[in-house]
Amino acid sequence: MKMKLQNRSLDNLATALSFCAPALLGLFFFIALPFFLAAFLSLTNLKLGSPLPLEFVGFEQFRRIFQDPAFLRGLLNNLIFAVVVVPLQITLALGLALMLNRPLKGMVFFRSLFFMPVIFPLSLVAVVWILIFAPGPNGMMNAFLEAITFGHWIPRDFLHHPMLALPSIMITSIWQGAGFQMIILLAGLQSIPQDLYEAASVDGAGKLRQFRHITLPQLRNTLIFVGVVTMILAFRLFDQVQIMTQGGPAKASTTVMFEAVQAAFARQQVARGSAMTVVLFIIVLGLTLLQRHLAQQEKEIDS
Amino acid sequence: MNKFKSLLPSFSLYASLFIFALLFVAPLIFMVVGSLKPDGNVLTEAGSWQAFWPDRISLENYFDVLKRVNFGRYFFNSLFITSLIVISGLALNSLAGYAFARLNWRGRDVLFSLVLAIMIIPLEAIAVPLFYQVTLLGWRDTYIVQIVPFIANAFSIYLFYTFFIGLPRELEEAARIDGAGILRTFITIIIPNAKPVFATVAVLTFLTQWGAFLWPLMVTSSDAVRPLPLGIAMFHTLPPLQWGDIFAFGVMMVAPVLVVFIIFQNWFVHGVASTGIKG
Repeated sequence: MKMKLQNRSLDNLATALSFCAPALLGLFFFIALPFFLAAFLSLTNLKLGSPLPLEFVGFEQFRRIFQDPAFLRGLLNNLIFAVVVVPLQITLALGLALMLNRPLKGMVFFRSLFFMPVIFPLSLVAVVWILIFAPGPNGMMNAFLEAITFGHWIPRDFLHHPMLALPSIMITSIWQGAGFQMIILLAGLQSIPQDLYEAASVDGAGKLRQFRHITLPQLRNTLIFVGVVTMILAFRLFDQVQIMTQGGPAKASTTVMFEAVQAAFARQQVARGSAMTVVLFIIVLGLTLLQRHLAQQEKEIDS
Repeated sequence: MNKFKSLLPSFSLYASLFIFALLFVAPLIFMVVGSLKPDGNVLTEAGSWQAFWPDRISLENYFDVLKRVNFGRYFFNSLFITSLIVISGLALNSLAGYAFARLNWRGRDVLFSLVLAIMIIPLEAIAVPLFYQVTLLGWRDTYIVQIVPFIANAFSIYLFYTFFIGLPRELEEAARIDGAGILRTFITIIIPNAKPVFATVAVLTFLTQWGAFLWPLMVTSSDAVRPLPLGIAMFHTLPPLQWGDIFAFGVMMVAPVLVVFIIFQNWFVHGVASTGIKG
């Protein structure tokens, strides 16, 4: 009997490995390997097509990128983007989710409408919004702002304006992504036990108090998750920048990823581009650990 | 009176939902309407209500797109790349998820925690060295370079894992007593009982890959292998600037996703909601 069991577990190992191997090999070659390669390359002087021999230069690339005004501007822009977009987008998404979280007719229809931009490829969204931000009084955004300010708005060329290029990309991104957060928050809202609200009503708590003392605390982990994911997306920002502004005018809307692609791809500086993405990864890792830590804290308070 | 009181809040709810819906849908209507208008009118009418209402409808822009660029080629490339990633991804990642969730073997927990760690790494963080890697392999400007690196996916494995671990054990035990092997059990018993997770993973993968932009931009250079997102990025800068044509390109590009979305709406929503499970 024992013999049989052992055979069975060996069988299991062979089968399990044959089940896992293709996927694990893929993850190894196309994620783990380039990941370690990024760390390695960022410490070298590698430039494609360069006659210089590959040399180990220590932290030289990092020293250089942190003195490069374009990269620093990109890092700052990513940060501004995160700080502005995360609260705005989540407030909007939470508002929509709260409105939809009622057993009324037509909610599924509205949910689909708000969700629809999410399924649009970012490249297409960027192209459509280029025209929305078209300069002159005929531009849709200009005309809209003129109408709601009763003619006080002076038409601008949004995407070529140093102060407006990045905010324009932010608006585009909020419009495209809010439906995504809305769906996650709606799922979070629907998992809050209904009897909490019933008990609160019996105790005479109003809607606002119920929101503050039941909805928000119950939604805490979902909100943290959505907030961190949105922040990570803010640091990965690329498609809209590439299509709408090319990082301009004068780097006003550049990002870490845009600069990394410029370095590695346009200028063939693979080592320098790698160093930039290593910085990007450290930020993403930090944010992920922060989210885990905050979610963990919640569990400890609970128990 | 009571009825009126309860109607009032739901009226204001519907009113605000309606206003938000208009804001969300306006750019999409703008695109569809613009694609049906004469080219010159798209920009001049963008600042008025006419942006959302065509005077006369014509499909000329659509024919213009087909004349000006090889739209069919971009479309085929996107479809080919996306469907290969989705189909092979479902196969590979579900098998791995199953082995992690339901088989007992040495090293399982260590390997699985590595998969979870890999889930954190975004494509952007490895794009540059991966670009270097595929350059060394001589894969640039091919289909392979756009397909193979994206088949194995840590998050898909994780989604399969969480679904399989929740299935009742009795399902497999009956089949195993009948003498079916593990692979056979997986195909005949598990897959038919796991349609929701397959649909979710398929939808998420499809959405991501249909919109892929950064990677194809880095590794492709010829239209023969380039997908739709690069097509539209190129087309909107192609002189003469004709916005009607650009919007017609956009409508044709998003149409398949919209059709799939309308039919499988619940899976889309479920798929996105499930990304909230992690963490």
